[in-house]
Amino acid sequence: MANNIPRVPVREQEPSVRRRNFEEVSYGYNEQEALLEASRCLDCKRPLCVEACPVSVKIPLFIKEIVAGDFRRAAEVIAEDSSLPAVCGRVCPQESQCEGACIRGVKGQPVAIGKLERFVADWSRTNGVEPGERVQSNHIKVAVIGSGPSGLACAADLAKAGYDITIFEALHKAGGVLQYGIPEFRLPKESVVAHEIENLKSLGVKIETNVIVGKTVTIDQLMAEEGFKAVFIGQGAGLPKFMNIPGENLNGVFSANEFLTRNNLMQAYREDSDTPIYAGSRAVVVGGGNVAMDAARTALRLGAEVKVVYRRTEKELPAREEEVAHAMEEGIEFEFLTNPVEIVSDGKGRVGAVRCEKMELGEPDSSGRRSPRPIPGSEFEIETDVVIMALGTVPNPLLSAKGVELNKRGGILADENGVTTRKGIFAGGDVVTGAATVILAMGAGRKAAAAMDEYIKNLN
Amino acid sequence: MYRIVEKKYLSSSIVLMKVEAPRLARSAKPGQFLIVRAGELGERIPLTVCDFDADAGTVTIVIQIVGASSRKICHLEPGDSFADVAGPLGRPSEFMKVEKGQLRGKRFLFIAGGLGAAPVYPQAKYLHEAGAAVDVVLGARSAEMIILDEELGRVSDNLYICTDDGTRGEKGMVTSLLDSLMERGEKYDAAVCIGPMIMMKFVTLAAKRYALPLTVSLNTLMVDGTGMCGACRVTIGGKTRFACVDGPEFDAYLVDFDEAMLRQTMYKTMEAEADHKCRIGLGEK
Ligand SMILES: Cc1cc2nc3c(=O)[nH]c(=O)nc-3n(C[C@H](O)[C@H](O)[C@H](O)COP(=O)(O)OP(=O)(O)OC[C@H]3O[C@@H](n4cnc5c(N)ncnc54)[C@H](O)[C@@H]3O)c2cc1C
Ligand SMILES: Cc1cc2nc3c(=O)[nH]c(=O)nc-3n(C[C@H](O)[C@H](O)[C@H](O)COP(=O)(O)OP(=O)(O)OC[C@H]3O[C@@H](n4cnc5c(N)ncnc54)[C@H](O)[C@@H]3O)c2cc1C
Ligand code: SF4
Ligand code: SF4
Ligand code: FES
Repeated sequence: MANNIPRVPVREQEPSVRRRNFEEVSYGYNEQEALLEASRCLDCKRPLCVEACPVSVKIPLFIKEIVAGDFRRAAEVIAEDSSLPAVCGRVCPQESQCEGACIRGVKGQPVAIGKLERFVADWSRTNGVEPGERVQSNHIKVAVIGSGPSGLACAADLAKAGYDITIFEALHKAGGVLQYGIPEFRLPKESVVAHEIENLKSLGVKIETNVIVGKTVTIDQLMAEEGFKAVFIGQGAGLPKFMNIPGENLNGVFSANEFLTRNNLMQAYREDSDTPIYAGSRAVVVGGGNVAMDAARTALRLGAEVKVVYRRTEKELPAREEEVAHAMEEGIEFEFLTNPVEIVSDGKGRVGAVRCEKMELGEPDSSGRRSPRPIPGSEFEIETDVVIMALGTVPNPLLSAKGVELNKRGGILADENGVTTRKGIFAGGDVVTGAATVILAMGAGRKAAAAMDEYIKNLN
Repeated sequence: MYRIVEKKYLSSSIVLMKVEAPRLARSAKPGQFLIVRAGELGERIPLTVCDFDADAGTVTIVIQIVGASSRKICHLEPGDSFADVAGPLGRPSEFMKVEKGQLRGKRFLFIAGGLGAAPVYPQAKYLHEAGAAVDVVLGARSAEMIILDEELGRVSDNLYICTDDGTRGEKGMVTSLLDSLMERGEKYDAAVCIGPMIMMKFVTLAAKRYALPLTVSLNTLMVDGTGMCGACRVTIGGKTRFACVDGPEFDAYLVDFDEAMLRQTMYKTMEAEADHKCRIGLGEK
């Protein structure tokens, strides 16, 4: 099957157009493009790509089905290992996972596995093909706390095994970070996220929004009074970090979470939304991960000129390669090796500027990363109206349940199957690992579902 | 769900509503708040849980029209439903940690400014039922804005009323009423003041003179109310805290009121300046 055609480029909205709208940037492959790209796969005997996928999607197998034109079968192959392909195809950091290991990447460009996965998922959706159907209920109640990727995946597997599942979600819409964090232009809310949630409901899963477990109801009440036999905690790591530098409470300084929640969950970018948002005419975003890219590109779309300030170099940016490239194409500027030390007031209680210092990379530390250190006397100011802190997030202690021990990150202590220190309570996703990825959270939810099934079967 | 079962006007711009929210009604405690959304594109608006009835499955809220969202909410009628009601949020009042029996014989002073009567009510009621002595100072701009006076009268030993313009009760501010109580030698184990930020600031300054232990409730801007966004951050004793999870009640003497007041104006100043300028800057550049 080997051929020498180059990787098929994906059609995208023009940067000059998309920097002023919230529609999806990438159009994805059409059938013809997908067939052509699929033909580039070598169907390796020992597929390195599969080893590098956190959930071991049978990549060459589903690609072979694309080549054969059987997209329905391709979707079934993916569904064996992934329950959110339309999401993961769009947001997985493919360059460091499946595609990063693809043999075709050694001399040239790797196979566009993510784009192919997305194609299959989008095709299934538009053609009304949904893997999985409602099964006979066994009337055993299981609670899932949080409706992010870990909770959704856990709920799906347990529902398919016959359990009576209720998801409890603190916010008013289900989806977790997929709903409130990742913007529309990367992950369409109606067509992709809402669709996944509808699928889940069609499996019989109930979703109770506006329930903050730990406040509205406790885990103990759910188990003792409402008859839930087991509980999965997938509450994510939603607590924003600040830098603790002077001026951080000035008006115009936001956590990326606040900025993105206003824009995505509350849809503040729409004229008819009641929630206000302010991006200023100039905005500085601090950080270099996906969250920083999303905040920067959102501020840009709201009308600001945007600078991203990152303390290491371009090479160390933890964001997905594609997002960094898109951000640069859209005209976002980057100040590398730069770290804020103070946010300066405009004299009226609002942000006027960010005082920064230049950094240099020192010797590699124990983790092998070269840690940045300040260059004395290098301070300078960037004038701005808005500062968005995208420094990462930590688990939220809101829920705390008796007997569930925490790990050293402040998250929940659980093994690789999601087993916590309390019987019947399982956990997975960001709340266990700290802020990670959609695919890892989804995988954790599925592993926990299997362990919960085991656990319940062994109860009597 | 979230159906409005009762509505009444407490003044021309203040409305009381009873809303169906069974889970919330079962778990709410004095000092806590909830978040409502009036409709599909509605803002998340924090409101105090003013009363709760676990058996009926309802919570009571009192809301004042101050802007677009509160206006929308006040225009809902009995039989209508909120899109969302979430809670209870925040920490219960400090005295909820004290065993109920220990509260008997203790003396509490509540100072409520305008709408502050709403959050004060469940607290006074709880303490009164626990056998504590409760005095309430209720102040407002004018007689029209005095709310829940009957209800508060029922759960307190002494109810003092004052208005800025003298149309009801004493003429003057709550701070002067506080001064006269203190000067005639009244003694309280603890005081709670809830009202506009500026009023809480001046009550704090006054209470300090009498070394009266004082708690205030901070009505900051909020989005999620669960500790996820940091919009509600305030400086307490030099440290940043989130009012929605660490509060909303704090030791008054540790609060940076000036910063908190400034932060409340975040969108006020922005919106005034931006005026009719298009929100997302379409068509610019
Ligand atoms: C802006 C942003 C961009 C990102 N971009 C990418 C990307 O491109 N690729 C990628 O792979 N990963 C990305 N991530 C990371 C990824 O989204 C997360 O790792 C993943 O969503 C974690 O899933 P989860 O199920 O553990 O939790 P979450 O998605 O965080 O969901 C947790 C849910 O639980 C709810 N909850 C919390 N506490 C309670 C409670 N007490 N009761 C009830 N409900 C509760 C929350 O409201 C939330 O809905 C991004 C993250 C952010 C914030
Ligand atoms: C914990 C908590 C409990 C609350 N309890 C109640 C309550 O029981 N009843 C009630 O009516 N209100 C209460 N509030 C305040 C209420 O949330 C605001 O009045 C409401 O959000 C205003 O929304 P709006 O869109 O109508 O006004 P906006 O258009 O947003 O604002 C109108 C004006 O009000 C100011 N403002 C905005 N938010 C607040 C705020 N949180 N506090 C004070 N001023 C504000 C603005 O600066 C502006 O000047 C509470 C707030 C918190 C945080
Ligand atoms: S799930 Fe993610 S890592 Fe795995 S094959 Fe799909 S895109 Fe690649
Ligand atoms: S490593 Fe690349 S070429 Fe080989 S099977 Fe995987 S996708 Fe195909
Ligand atoms: S309101 Fe978002 S953290 Fe408090």
